[in-house]
Amino acid sequence: MGTTASQLGKDLLSEYQELTFLTKQEILLAHKRFTELLTKDEKDLPNTRIPMERILTLPELKSNPFRKRICHVFSTSEQKDGSLTFEDFLDLLSAFSDSATLEIKSHYAFRIFDFDDDGTLDCGDLEKLVNCLTGETDDTRLTPEEMRQLISNILEESDIDKDGTVNLSEFQHVISRSPDFVSSFKIVL
Amino acid sequence: MEVDSVFYTDRSGRITSNPLLDQLPSYQSLLYRRKSSTSGTKRRSSSRGRLSSSGSGKWGLSTFSRRGEKQKGQTEQRPIRELAKTMAEKRRDKTQRLEEDRELSSWRQWKQSTGRYLRRLKDDVQEWLSSLQLWRGDIHLIEGMFGTGILSYFSFLRFLVMLNLIIFLLMFSFVMLPIIIAPYASGNATYNQNDGSECSVYPSSARRGLVIFHEHITDLLSGGGFLEQTYLFYGYYKVDKIHFPKITYNLPLAYLLATIAYLFLSLIWIVKRSAAGFKRNLIQDEDRFQSFCNKIFAGWDFCITNENAAKLKRSSLLYELRTDLEEERIKQKIADRTRKEKCRIYLIRLILNLFVIGVLAGCFYSIYVATIFSQEAQLNDLKENFIMALIYEYLPSIVITLANFITPLVFSVIINFEDYSPAFEIRFTLIRCVFMRLTSIGVLLFSLWSQITKCEEEPCKCGYNHVLYSCWETRVGQEMYKLTIFDFIIIVAVTIFVEFPRKLIVKYGECGLAKWWGQQEFGIPQNVLEIVYGQTICWIGTFYCPMLPAICTIKYFFIFYIKKLSLMKNCRPATRPFRASSSNFFFLGVLLIGLALACLPVTVSVAQINCSQACGPFVNYTTSWMVMPTVVSQQSEKVQKLLVALSSEAFAVSFFVFTCLAMFYVIALAGAHKRVINQLREQLAMEGRDKRFLIQKLCQAQRLSAVKSPVSKSQPRSSSRSSLSYHTSFSSNFNDAVFLAHPPPDSSTHV
Repeated sequence: MGTTASQLGKDLLSEYQELTFLTKQEILLAHKRFTELLTKDEKDLPNTRIPMERILTLPELKSNPFRKRICHVFSTSEQKDGSLTFEDFLDLLSAFSDSATLEIKSHYAFRIFDFDDDGTLDCGDLEKLVNCLTGETDDTRLTPEEMRQLISNILEESDIDKDGTVNLSEFQHVISRSPDFVSSFKIVL
Repeated sequence: MEVDSVFYTDRSGRITSNPLLDQLPSYQSLLYRRKSSTSGTKRRSSSRGRLSSSGSGKWGLSTFSRRGEKQKGQTEQRPIRELAKTMAEKRRDKTQRLEEDRELSSWRQWKQSTGRYLRRLKDDVQEWLSSLQLWRGDIHLIEGMFGTGILSYFSFLRFLVMLNLIIFLLMFSFVMLPIIIAPYASGNATYNQNDGSECSVYPSSARRGLVIFHEHITDLLSGGGFLEQTYLFYGYYKVDKIHFPKITYNLPLAYLLATIAYLFLSLIWIVKRSAAGFKRNLIQDEDRFQSFCNKIFAGWDFCITNENAAKLKRSSLLYELRTDLEEERIKQKIADRTRKEKCRIYLIRLILNLFVIGVLAGCFYSIYVATIFSQEAQLNDLKENFIMALIYEYLPSIVITLANFITPLVFSVIINFEDYSPAFEIRFTLIRCVFMRLTSIGVLLFSLWSQITKCEEEPCKCGYNHVLYSCWETRVGQEMYKLTIFDFIIIVAVTIFVEFPRKLIVKYGECGLAKWWGQQEFGIPQNVLEIVYGQTICWIGTFYCPMLPAICTIKYFFIFYIKKLSLMKNCRPATRPFRASSSNFFFLGVLLIGLALACLPVTVSVAQINCSQACGPFVNYTTSWMVMPTVVSQQSEKVQKLLVALSSEAFAVSFFVFTCLAMFYVIALAGAHKRVINQLREQLAMEGRDKRFLIQKLCQAQRLSAVKSPVSKSQPRSSSRSSLSYHTSFSSNFNDAVFLAHPPPDSSTHV
């Protein structure tokens, strides 16, 4: 089960339609864009894995501050190097598609924001998150004072059991009340 | 079979699965399974599927297969794609489900397969419908370049195009179509008779003799002359009834009902579209309209593909965060104000509000004067030159546009002195601008009405001034038509003659003025107010000018491309962005206000003002509303009784009382829910504290028992010491290996 030829088989296509939130058009477009990233010899191999650097050349991911985290989260590689197969790529697009449920989106958003992969968002994760959002250079960051105020505000709003971290259910709860999330957590090719 | 224990760790110190801890309901949110390469060997033979909705317990490579577990009986089967797993895992689930399905009875199999088929069908239909959407590619491009805030403006514009198209189709099919097909469908149309009285004299407005070309232009722009006696205006619809072979079509009734229908349809569609947004906004019970969590977790638009846009988005997020943090500090400062300062602030606010009211009154008066002057100039029909004639025609529009240009500047200057918090300042200025824009149309209509009902000898013979306004509805329709055309001309002119030179000056000009003026910002509130203003005119004007929705559809169609061009070439996005969610709330809220304001003049003119006797479908009735009682009285006894009962006071009062009771019940329910939510929150915090306390006690007990029984190492469940990688704030409590014997099932102690 992989993409050997440049065409997707019909049953494979319908299987992907069933297992993801993507429409037939979107799957075909994703296949086209994925095969464009392959080199000549890779095109003939089944189940090729594209390294992260090449994935990050896609325009949809190039300007995204979370691009590396996204690749890591959706990658199923053993070496944890963020490389994606075509099916990982489809999973990525499915989670970011228009028709994905809020649960799926918030689940993957949590994993993307969890920079140290420990299952909760603590102060370090939140600080890295804010720095990703505002910019990389020093003059585009918040001052430590402002950062502290911001993180304490966030925890005040989302940490229900008051343990100093945001776990998945608290995150999903706060996302369900966040009106912008569904429209902003979207990538369409 | 290993003896399970809490916090069981293997030699290398990695947490492995632990059934006792797994049994904690909060397990999945507390413990993240590390991706361990040895997890394959740790896979249990006893499967322990977790039908969690989020499946977060499976972040690691290890998976629990669901063989043998009969948990599916407990929860419904969710569609596989809603589970957060990798593709390989989903495939395995699917094959497993198919196997399980084969074990089911054939009835269930059939049910499930039809369920799957229907879902597939629904997806296909939705896909097909969404591919029909207008401007999909353009909007996708804008989204990629500018983010979701500006996108919401363009999707709002698309919504208005569709709305106007539907309104036009409604009016066309019920009012114009019967007249047009009457000759072809062997229908016999009876016209309103000219009964020869004074009121029904309608001088023709067609120009006679040699018509100069520019007079055609004047006619086209003002709706007079050759345009007056066309389908465009109310006055042309003189048909009373159309007798088709089988039925009789009552045109006045259809006209009235179509008007009510389009207002109602607009209301329903807007409310439906905003329902989701309203619900979300009303659920938030904080006084902050935009919470920090929303800004941080949903702050980045993942659809941005442009590097510049990403940079802009970053800087605008930074600006927004800084402003919000500062606003918190300002709020603190406001709360600390002394009484003397408060009095001073309130006095200043009072004076400034009076000033604002004065400015508004001045604007309204000037609109009134301009309308009266314009009407008199048109009626006198002086042979002015072409330009002056046009200016007289368009005088009210010009004054309204000027007022709407100056007042926002005045308001934004005033608000600085009123010392509100920044977010409130923006909102308040916006409210004032909205008020100004929408009431200026009302003032125009009021001044028209006063002209129409003012006669030389009171009271008016026909109920209106039949000498000057033999067909006053057409007049009003012409004014609305002029407003629409002028609005469109202004938008095009501003884009071409103001924004484009500004861009050139800023780009190529070296002087300080260019730098200070800066590039044009695409301010969403102002643009939205512009199109809501246009839409309000359309709603009011459709009754008098049934083809106005078609004109508005075409107008908004062109405005889309003009604004898109302007955005790409001339403007940069605003520094303080409008969020998509609050945008939708704002847009549809303002649109609803516009609709409410539009219903008012239409209602008044339908119910109160005598319709003109010389033209239009309602010649045989005193007011337009009179069609309804006449039709009702022609129905059968039963229907009449029913309708009379429905419109009686008893019914209205009891309906009102019932609605009030329902509202009070819902409000009380909401209050009760809020209280329960607060209690549950407190309970959760308390539970967290309880758990920490208990775990501390466990550790203490642990340490004591480890000290007392060092032989425990020889037992099969011994494990090496390792730190607990249990990431919560109590991880600091556990420096030693924590390791607790699994109590026998009937023991009184339980974790």
